[in-house]
Amino acid sequence: MPGLRLTLQAVPPERVDLSPLTPDRIAGRSRAEVAALPLASGNRSLRVDAVFKLAGDPGPELVIEGDGSRLDRIGEAMTQGSIRLRGNAGAWLGVGMCGGTIEVEGSAGAYAGSGMQGGLLHVHQHAGDFLAAAAPGDHQGMRGGVLVVSGNAGARAGDRMRRGTLIIDGDVGDCCASRMVAGTIAVGGAVGRNAGLAMRRGTLLLRRPPAALLPTFNDCGVQVVPILRLLARAWRGLPGPFASLSAGDLRARRSMGDLANGGRGEILILLPD
Amino acid sequence: MIRNGVAIDDEFAEAFGMKATRVIITAHNPTWARHAAEAATGFATSVIACGCEAGIERELPPAETPDGRPGIAILLFAMSGKELAKQLERRIGQCVLTSPTSAAYAGIREGEPVALGKNLRFFGDGFQASKLIEGRRYWRIPVMDGEFVIEETTGVVGGVGGGNFLVLAATQPDALAACEAAITAMRRIPNVIMPFPGGVVRSGSKVGSRYKALIASTNDAFCPTIRGITNTALGPEVGSVMEIVIDGLTPEDISAAMRAGIDAVVGLGSARGIHRITAGNYGGKLGKYHFRLREIMA
Repeated sequence: MPGLRLTLQAVPPERVDLSPLTPDRIAGRSRAEVAALPLASGNRSLRVDAVFKLAGDPGPELVIEGDGSRLDRIGEAMTQGSIRLRGNAGAWLGVGMCGGTIEVEGSAGAYAGSGMQGGLLHVHQHAGDFLAAAAPGDHQGMRGGVLVVSGNAGARAGDRMRRGTLIIDGDVGDCCASRMVAGTIAVGGAVGRNAGLAMRRGTLLLRRPPAALLPTFNDCGVQVVPILRLLARAWRGLPGPFASLSAGDLRARRSMGDLANGGRGEILILLPD
Repeated sequence: MIRNGVAIDDEFAEAFGMKATRVIITAHNPTWARHAAEAATGFATSVIACGCEAGIERELPPAETPDGRPGIAILLFAMSGKELAKQLERRIGQCVLTSPTSAAYAGIREGEPVALGKNLRFFGDGFQASKLIEGRRYWRIPVMDGEFVIEETTGVVGGVGGGNFLVLAATQPDALAACEAAITAMRRIPNVIMPFPGGVVRSGSKVGSRYKALIASTNDAFCPTIRGITNTALGPEVGSVMEIVIDGLTPEDISAAMRAGIDAVVGLGSARGIHRITAGNYGGKLGKYHFRLREIMA
């Protein structure tokens, strides 16, 4: 295997900041050097080998095994290589990620993909609240790249999202695309209340009609949406059902809003072919 | 050099460096893609008065277009990047944006980016929206039939304009038939256009005129009806001359197109009234590129 494998010795008693462990940051180091790296945990600092068993040598691929629900900031600002989690991830997964690939076989905590600028992040199961959203005090959420959640996501997914593609194959919580600035969010399952709250621009693509739309979204009727052809082609090869979106003419009911905030955003509800 | 009874002169075509770009126009069906492409490349036979030279390069099947619809690739050539940008904006704005169901995409990614939809988006009057997909920005402009999608920029590269050869035939129908055969063959060559109507020009020009206001005038040496009173280049057997002008992205593309076209003409041979093939030049001092007929046909 061309990389390092980290196996969690036990679920840590406190949360651990894993941001020093990305393929690009450990490139060129020996396994012993990586083992001695400090990881912040509460007000303490832990050596990597106090938390993990190490196997293999640092390379372009990093594998983390075990229940990582308390491992935060995995893949923060990584630019290249791949991280594969054979388990869950904690909060701030892939925050500020610029390139490379992160794959989580389990679920991810809050703020996954926040401030993400590039690369591919795939969560096989579920994601917490504030997926691809802006960090508190930050003006922008996700700014680029592709984030796919094969399961469900919590509330405020795509809050202040600026650019990039967020795909949620399952259900999504309340206030999806709130304060969205631009970019594309696609949701395969049900969407919670207040979708598009204070949305400025951007696209929220839904396979299922929501129970209700905000009154500040105006119906623009059923339209053929040509840009969906380009999106469908770009999504081929991604995990999940949106990869097989028809590349032909796609019809959708288009609502534009939030009229309380400029009204240039769109919610597209896909109609059957 | 004589092939199938046709003499190929020891002459060369003199061509110039130009700026070029390709735009892919798609539409609901091939007919409407062609309507838009023909309009966008209309009145673009010569940079002398049209601002640019443009033409249809080829028809694209849905599998080869960015949005999976039928399309047409057009090539545009101008003497400067600035002029090309101006022509592009006018032609796409007036002829493609206006054409039902159309969309326009960059056909060249490399080179200097030049505005394609970057300025045309303002037609949307604030209702336009953009999408950044795989690193490329597209503009969505609301129009009365739905939405016009156009890529923000296209790439401008160096090109070559003015490759040519002349077909000297016994009669006008003979020359026309030979040129039609040549154009059919040349349209199979990628990266080139023949910008004149039907790909053929009957009014080849020389530099200068006895009238001060004109920078070019009829190439009297190749005009059969005045051969008795001018320094003619025509023998008595020649009754009609037609020219094919080629613009291409590289000198190799022009050579390939000239070879295909001359091969087609030579294939008809003297039996079909074709006597000579020659080429137009300005003595070799003006153009950077020289295409020697006999080297191309060797």
